[in-house]
Amino acid sequence: MFTIAKIEILIARRNMWVTVSVVLMALFSVVLTLTGGAPTGTLGVDPLIIATSSITTLSVYFIPLVALLLAFDAISGEIERGTLALSLTYPLSRAQILLGKFIAHFLVLAFAIGVGLLLSGTLAVIKNGGATGLSFTPLLWLFFTSLMLGATFLGLGYLISALVRQPSAASGLAIVVWLVFVVLYDIILLGALVGDKGGFFSDNIFPFLLVANPSDAFRLLNMPEMGSKELTSGISAAGDISGRLGQLISLFLWPILALFLAWLKLKRIES
Amino acid sequence: MSALVIKNVTKRYNEVKSVVDVSLNIEPGERIALLGHNGAGKTTLIKMILGLVKPTSGSIEVLGVAPGSKKARLLTSYLPENVAFHGSLTGREQMRHFAALKSQNTKKADELLEKVGLSHAMNRKIATYSKGMRQRIGLAQALLGKPKLALLDEPTSGLDPISRHEFYDIVKDLSNNGTAVIISSHALTEVETKTDRIAILSQGNLVANESLEVLRKSASLPILIKIKASDKKINEVANSFENKKLNSNRVNGQTLELFCKQNQKIDILGQISAFGNAIKDIDITPPSLEELYRYYSTSKPKDSASLEEK
Repeated sequence: MFTIAKIEILIARRNMWVTVSVVLMALFSVVLTLTGGAPTGTLGVDPLIIATSSITTLSVYFIPLVALLLAFDAISGEIERGTLALSLTYPLSRAQILLGKFIAHFLVLAFAIGVGLLLSGTLAVIKNGGATGLSFTPLLWLFFTSLMLGATFLGLGYLISALVRQPSAASGLAIVVWLVFVVLYDIILLGALVGDKGGFFSDNIFPFLLVANPSDAFRLLNMPEMGSKELTSGISAAGDISGRLGQLISLFLWPILALFLAWLKLKRIES
Repeated sequence: MSALVIKNVTKRYNEVKSVVDVSLNIEPGERIALLGHNGAGKTTLIKMILGLVKPTSGSIEVLGVAPGSKKARLLTSYLPENVAFHGSLTGREQMRHFAALKSQNTKKADELLEKVGLSHAMNRKIATYSKGMRQRIGLAQALLGKPKLALLDEPTSGLDPISRHEFYDIVKDLSNNGTAVIISSHALTEVETKTDRIAILSQGNLVANESLEVLRKSASLPILIKIKASDKKINEVANSFENKKLNSNRVNGQTLELFCKQNQKIDILGQISAFGNAIKDIDITPPSLEELYRYYSTSKPKDSASLEEK
């Protein structure tokens, strides 16, 4: 399993896309930390809270994309190259192959996110003229939840990869999945909410549908609990109904479920 | 213990039968050529031996255990057809990875790369390798861990004649160390004398499973005798074979082509030598490997069923 992880890290290190995403993540974090204070001025609110809010909004789009693009080739690419059949003739289970790849890709994600957030934290300290008065909890929390979000979409990426078996088709489907989860899902929910005009759906179904989507659960989990709630009142009000626990469960279950489904699919491949 | 026992194995994909009632035994140290057209079922059969594909019916035993079991996987090695390793790894990294998977040390990986003649290129990325070099990595990984059964799927396609020669030297080493080797190919000319036994698949049926000599004998394909004589004598020569009812051809007024059976050959040669100086030249061509292969691979599966039973 760790042998697989090792080789995958070697491959990732030379993957153009990985380099690009690490650089982009770092760049965005820096820019958002530096400019994040602009709307509120220098008054009152912890600059790190502002920065994490902005980075969260970006991460919702960016992290699933990075994860899917890391994962879509994992199985389909090996089928196309003929190396999956070869790997399967080695004394190595399919679960080990999948987990090995997952460990490697997860570490890559952790590196990309970690570098970005570390830069962001450092900059905030410099801007603040010292660490006093800064709360690093939101930053750590963002790191942790970003990893869970990334893990979810890695799992979904493997599932897609095992389902369609052709890298080109898998990449297309990966983009569709990305669009559905991070863009269309919210638009559809919003549409339903407007149409319902505060009826049964809005109060009893909508909050749960909202947290059922891992990217929305991630968004809710990173809402500042105090201070700037006015900025985001609509969604976080809905978030209160499902509660922190619901959001956490959603974000924890998704990676496990996605990986499990990917494993089920991989197990049935006769290559 | 046999290296491989296949008993009445059939594989059906939906309604299409890919492999039909194949039985085959291989002993340690034996080299078998598995021949057949594209789509004859060679790769499917190999994948069933590896445990990657489950047979619809019948049974397979690899070294006394089930194919795909941990023990079988430790003792079996495989060179896939058209394998393309990840281009961004170097040959050495890729090989060390395979060595680690088979619990071999990295020194062994480097040794094998040297054995297949890749030591000069092992620190280069695989993306820069030629097809033959990639095939060599595939071969090197198939040598890892002293396998008892090696399955090589079209290993020599894309290799130049010199590399092919080196390849068969390595195969010989393997079998001398007791490894049973299966080499699949779509051309008999590629494997000819380099294997101990030839198994031919035709539309999923095993239509031959013998040494080359036995195959030649039982096919009894006609031998071509070309006789060259002066244009005055050639008619006389041709007429003297009239009563034998052989297939014959007249070419360019000076040459006569005769097709005869193996057992008629000596007789005919005696008859020709009676013409003495009138004969300018004689050429004898035994059936080529291509013809032999075509004979078996196009023979109908039903005829072969009786051939298999005896």
